Amino acid sequence: MAVPRIKLDKKEAKKGDLVEVKALVAHIMESGQRKDASGAVIPRKILNKFTCTVNGKEVFSADFEPAVAANPYIQFKFRAQESGAVVLTWTDDDGSKIVGEEKITVS
Amino acid sequence: MFSRRDFLQLAAAAAAVMPAGGTRALAQQGLSEAELLRFAPLGNITLLHVADIHGQLVPVHFREPSLNIGVGEARGLPPHITGKDFLQRYGIPEKSAAAYALTFEDFEALAKSYGRIGGLDRAATVIKLVRAERGEGNVLFLDGGDTWQGSLGANRSKGQDMVDCMRLLKPDAMTGHWEFTYGEARVKELIKGLGFPFLALNVRDTEWNEPVFEPYKMFDKGGVKIAVLGQAFPYQPVANPRWLIPNWSFGIREDDVRATVEKARKAGAQLVVMLSHNGFDVDRKLASRVSGIDVILTSHTHDALPEAVRVGKTLLIASGSHGKFVSRLDLDARDGEVKDFRYKLIPLFADAIRPDAEMAAAIAKARAPYAGELRREVGRTESLLYRRGSFNGTFDDLICAALIKERDAEIALSPGFRWGASVLPGAAITIEDIHNATAITYPNAYRLTMSGERLKEVLEDVADNLFNPDPYYQQGGDMVRCGGLGYSVDVRKPAGQRISGMTHLKTGKPIEPKKDYAVAGWASVNEGTQGPPIWDVVERYIAGEKVVRIAPNTSVKIAGV
Amino acid sequence: MTLILNRRQALAVGAGAIVVLGGTAGPAFAKNDSDDIIKKFTGNATPQQGRVKLDLPEIAENGNTVPMTISVESPMTAQSHVTDVLVVADGNPRAGVATFHFSPASGAAEANTRIRLATSQNIIAVAKMNDGSFFTASKAVKVTIGGCGG
Repeated sequence: MAVPRIKLDKKEAKKGDLVEVKALVAHIMESGQRKDASGAVIPRKILNKFTCTVNGKEVFSADFEPAVAANPYIQFKFRAQESGAVVLTWTDDDGSKIVGEEKITVS
Repeated sequence: MFSRRDFLQLAAAAAAVMPAGGTRALAQQGLSEAELLRFAPLGNITLLHVADIHGQLVPVHFREPSLNIGVGEARGLPPHITGKDFLQRYGIPEKSAAAYALTFEDFEALAKSYGRIGGLDRAATVIKLVRAERGEGNVLFLDGGDTWQGSLGANRSKGQDMVDCMRLLKPDAMTGHWEFTYGEARVKELIKGLGFPFLALNVRDTEWNEPVFEPYKMFDKGGVKIAVLGQAFPYQPVANPRWLIPNWSFGIREDDVRATVEKARKAGAQLVVMLSHNGFDVDRKLASRVSGIDVILTSHTHDALPEAVRVGKTLLIASGSHGKFVSRLDLDARDGEVKDFRYKLIPLFADAIRPDAEMAAAIAKARAPYAGELRREVGRTESLLYRRGSFNGTFDDLICAALIKERDAEIALSPGFRWGASVLPGAAITIEDIHNATAITYPNAYRLTMSGERLKEVLEDVADNLFNPDPYYQQGGDMVRCGGLGYSVDVRKPAGQRISGMTHLKTGKPIEPKKDYAVAGWASVNEGTQGPPIWDVVERYIAGEKVVRIAPNTSVKIAGV
Repeated sequence: MTLILNRRQALAVGAGAIVVLGGTAGPAFAKNDSDDIIKKFTGNATPQQGRVKLDLPEIAENGNTVPMTISVESPMTAQSHVTDVLVVADGNPRAGVATFHFSPASGAAEANTRIRLATSQNIIAVAKMNDGSFFTASKAVKVTIGGCGG
């Protein structure tokens, strides 16, 4: 399973600060619209859902369509409220999940 | 305006010069170094600007365009005026030195009178004199880019010759475009040795979307804090090969420009200068949308304008190309704004301005490894060879003829680059001349079959990059040059509908959408393009022809201008 | 997307041809089911122009991965915030691109991702506010053959 790469613009934040998250994950994002050499449609296989939680509370999520590029990149912000785990989860069409985690310390 | 009066005096001094008088006519008519440099200083700061030198260390002949089409709001505005209209607009007498430097009118005859223009040794003389006059602490010297490419020496040394010579001029900053065609590793290596910053606020890495270069630099000059913002050519990975810089993403990034201006102002900048490689029309639009920029030093589109163009509170300067000019802009900058300015586009007439000895030695050293090759005569030309112009150039006609013959093609495509020095009728065509029109890092002359449909797509696509009414959607080159193919173009039509009447010139028959044609071309942006370097193709052709004659090109019919 | 295959095939031929990313010779800004998707999202309400900012390059460097940033002006408080932003592309085979979900915990209604554009077209973003109002913005992106600038 692919290991996501995650960057927070700060690991330590004051309560109320905006924290910027950038994440990259390796995935073909097969659109389901391409054909192979024999003319058969290559089945769709994409990461269709992305979620970010901080201490289990959702701060941002997204639904992806096949128009999202391969190796999806996502960048967003959340408001720092408490120290804890920043967990990023991508859900595949096949139901499998890719999960990455970072820590944030809020003072 | 001072600059106009100044140019008039320059013109008057030379008005009596008759063609065939020999280049010494310049000095005899009072077109001296002192006259060319004469400038009543103003205010507390001087900006010196050069741009689009394109690898030219020594003086050149360079014919300005006869056709420079502007569309949308730019239609009929400078820089989209040429020839007599240009002379009239700026009050420049016909056949004057200024007319020769700035327009194509009487170019062949005037070239014989006024000689070559440019040379980094002449630029050095001017820059040193201005620095001495104004004091180093009051002068900023900025290089707008397209400096490291465009000649045999620049290409062979991968930009080293230009870096070594430019370093002697101690620029305060530069930005770039063709610089990037040496590839990421080489660009980084050259920047490391510059000794001054390479600024580009609009380049980010494709992985993490983070800035690659310093966006701006603060200078203390004339008692004022000056922020110089760098803006690289926005369409580098589109107009030139992306595979050479796969990790970098460009773009106009207007929001980033705005944010950088605000950041610089917050950091105490009292004067904001943007060193830009956007191209003139893009900068004109940007100036109307982003406030807080005092001066934009434009480049890329190779325009030489003898007056500053004002957009709101922003001054736009266009300093020409191929080392022909140095721009001097004196500013009275106080209380966070420009109170007054005086501008002069200084033409570097090579016979009037002394070469700087230190730079002349450096140029000789840089050219020494190829000296014999550079001057080797391949053939002669009876026609003026030039490139600049919206649709045609005789040098491109020559390249297309070479592609068709040497690569056994029906149709040739040659990119609408704006760089490339001119060769006078009656002159030898040397290896240096050929490379001045072809020296790139992706020179392979391909041959392939293309359907009529695909050919139309190519022409339409390039036409929209020129004639999209919104400058932000333009790339700033000229139209792709065609050999063996005629067509009509209506520049006012929308994308996909400008090109019609495509004709296979050899047979006189219409190009058929489904039919395949043998097409040769060069400068493909695709990695792994096969074929001999274009300069070898052109050399073989000229050597075979011995004497080149280019018939007037009537194969493109233009409407909507 | 077909454009990927086109590009691979063109490269595989190794002819040095200029790669065409989609049919630029056709109508520059074609239409698909983008209107229907937007209507479904807004419940047939007409979104107002403004508050939404859609940042994409004017000319795509690579139609397979075009950077896109959406941002919406909002205090992002419990009283006033953005809940969802729909993004569609009106010239792709299918219009859907992504939907972003925000809450006051997001702090800012901003997201950046990279998208596939088969041809020159308009990208449209529609933001839904917690009071049920909708705002929109669009941006035209040109997907070009390239290679002749300079």
